[in-house]
Amino acid sequence: MAVNAARNTAQVGTGLPQEQTRHRSRLEQSQAKLAWIMLLPTLLALALVAFYPLLSTFFYSLTNARLASNRPTRFIGLQNFQDLLSDTDFVHSIGTTVRFTLITVVFEFLLGMIVALVINSNFKGRGAMRAIMLVPWAIPTAVSTQMWKWMYNQVYGVFNDLLVTRTHFLSSPVAWVAQANTSLPAICAVDIWKTTPFVALLLLAGLQVVPSEVYEAARVDGASAVRQFFAITLPLLRPAIVVTLIFRTLDALRVFDVIYVMFGGRADTQSMVIYNQRTITEFSQLGYGSAVSVAVFLIIGVFVVIYATVLKVDQQS
Amino acid sequence: MSASASASVSRASTASRTRIKDNTTVGRVILRGAFYLLLFVIAVYTLFPFYWAVRSSITPDSELFKTPISYWPTHPTFDNYAAVLSQGQFLTALKNSVIVSTTVTALSLLIGSVTAYAIGRLKFRGRTPILYLVLGMTIFPGAAILPALFQLVRAVHLYNTLTALVFAYTVFTLPFTVWVLQSFFKALPGELEEAAYVDGATPFQTFIQVLLPLATPALVTTGLLAFIGAWNELLFAVSLTQTPDKRTVTSAITSFQGKTTSGFDIPWGQLMAATVIITIPLVVLTLIFQRRILAGLTAGAVKG
Repeated sequence: MAVNAARNTAQVGTGLPQEQTRHRSRLEQSQAKLAWIMLLPTLLALALVAFYPLLSTFFYSLTNARLASNRPTRFIGLQNFQDLLSDTDFVHSIGTTVRFTLITVVFEFLLGMIVALVINSNFKGRGAMRAIMLVPWAIPTAVSTQMWKWMYNQVYGVFNDLLVTRTHFLSSPVAWVAQANTSLPAICAVDIWKTTPFVALLLLAGLQVVPSEVYEAARVDGASAVRQFFAITLPLLRPAIVVTLIFRTLDALRVFDVIYVMFGGRADTQSMVIYNQRTITEFSQLGYGSAVSVAVFLIIGVFVVIYATVLKVDQQS
Repeated sequence: MSASASASVSRASTASRTRIKDNTTVGRVILRGAFYLLLFVIAVYTLFPFYWAVRSSITPDSELFKTPISYWPTHPTFDNYAAVLSQGQFLTALKNSVIVSTTVTALSLLIGSVTAYAIGRLKFRGRTPILYLVLGMTIFPGAAILPALFQLVRAVHLYNTLTALVFAYTVFTLPFTVWVLQSFFKALPGELEEAAYVDGATPFQTFIQVLLPLATPALVTTGLLAFIGAWNELLFAVSLTQTPDKRTVTSAITSFQGKTTSGFDIPWGQLMAATVIITIPLVVLTLIFQRRILAGLTAGAVKG
């Protein structure tokens, strides 16, 4: 290839237009060849560990396959999906996941916006503040969940100490993790704690693109701070907001770590992905578990379509 | 306008400015105070769980499991750290995580930069579909392929090996790495290659000797994100491995076991010591490279 290139450059040296064109197209050809060679490792890896498993998951979802079983695998059509509809554990896990997603995305967005606006003003230690805010995002969710689980401890936890012993805000200690009515808020709080700073940093990046002249002009015109926020900041921040919301929603729908570490496989607080994982690793139901996977995939797909439609309508108006 | 007139005008405007300031000084102080209070609340909210983990990790069990709880360790001890680090299982998990995360980082940079160069710099048909394919992969839910991946890994006898984790993590970090790097390569000026081509370099030589060195900042950023991603992963870690000797730190912390001196089910002091040990390298990395990480994340999010 090196020789080839040397010959090509030699031709450039002669400077004839016709030869130059020929040289260019040859260079383009060799570029295209090189491009595919360079793409090969990635395409192979994706094919082997992503597309092949994806296709076979779709295939298995139509069978009664089991892991490590001598029972012959049979094609059973949409039977698995039919069973899914009446599988209360799965239906319940969808409800849990959707509620988790709504609560966390709304809180993370609102709190993140407030934090971003605060950090966006000029003050000493702004750099330090930004660095601090990256830390909850950087540490493993499994680790932060254990930290919170200890804070939630019914007897020796800091929350019950603050709310019951110190302030008498509550009359008796709460079993935050065990109790059915506090367990969802408990995991939401962990996720909100971990992700709000991150959302704030993304919004902050968007805020810093807004030129300060715009605000000065608004101030001269006598616009109040609130008015400035709704008339300037929010519209200009729109692209950053949209991207943040989409990414957060898709992430929240895939929730696994925080719930798995906090509750293990407790049936009343499973997320879709936890249920999915258990059908495979605990119950060895390859066929049925694949159907769960496909369902999860489709549910997330529905959210993507909703976002895409809303955005399209929004852009047209 | 004469000099004296302009002086009087400026004096008048100074006077009026002072008056406005006087009227609002009190309000401004209150606003300023509220602002710093808000900052303080945000900082405490962000940092308190870390403080609590550190505090609990250096508190002896006799104090840790006692009410009312104390907010400051009166008899700090490193017993919990000694106990965790003398535990073979936790050290193995640390070692496993280091092996897996560094391998994933190296692989995804190696493969990712080559692919990113092809997409960002070379002209070929099918560029756009491939770009969209990579982009689509960044939002791909890992759970969607779990059953078949599980089956595949068992079929090729990689179940319960670190290799299985390396494969899975690399594939899931690659799309992001490729996406960030290709947008970086695309932004470089075209004259660089033209000059290299004129000097007789092949496109591949140009990539290795000219573009790759320039991409060092982007490589550091994406490398860090790949490392953090692999270090923090849990779903595949608990699904594709089984025995304690193959655990990564996240799965080890999830099923943490140990003995307490006072016989409690969960050795919270040791567990908190373990969380602190896992957290420290990440906190150091994050604080050193915060600008780069942020740049990479916003590039990925805003353009992605």
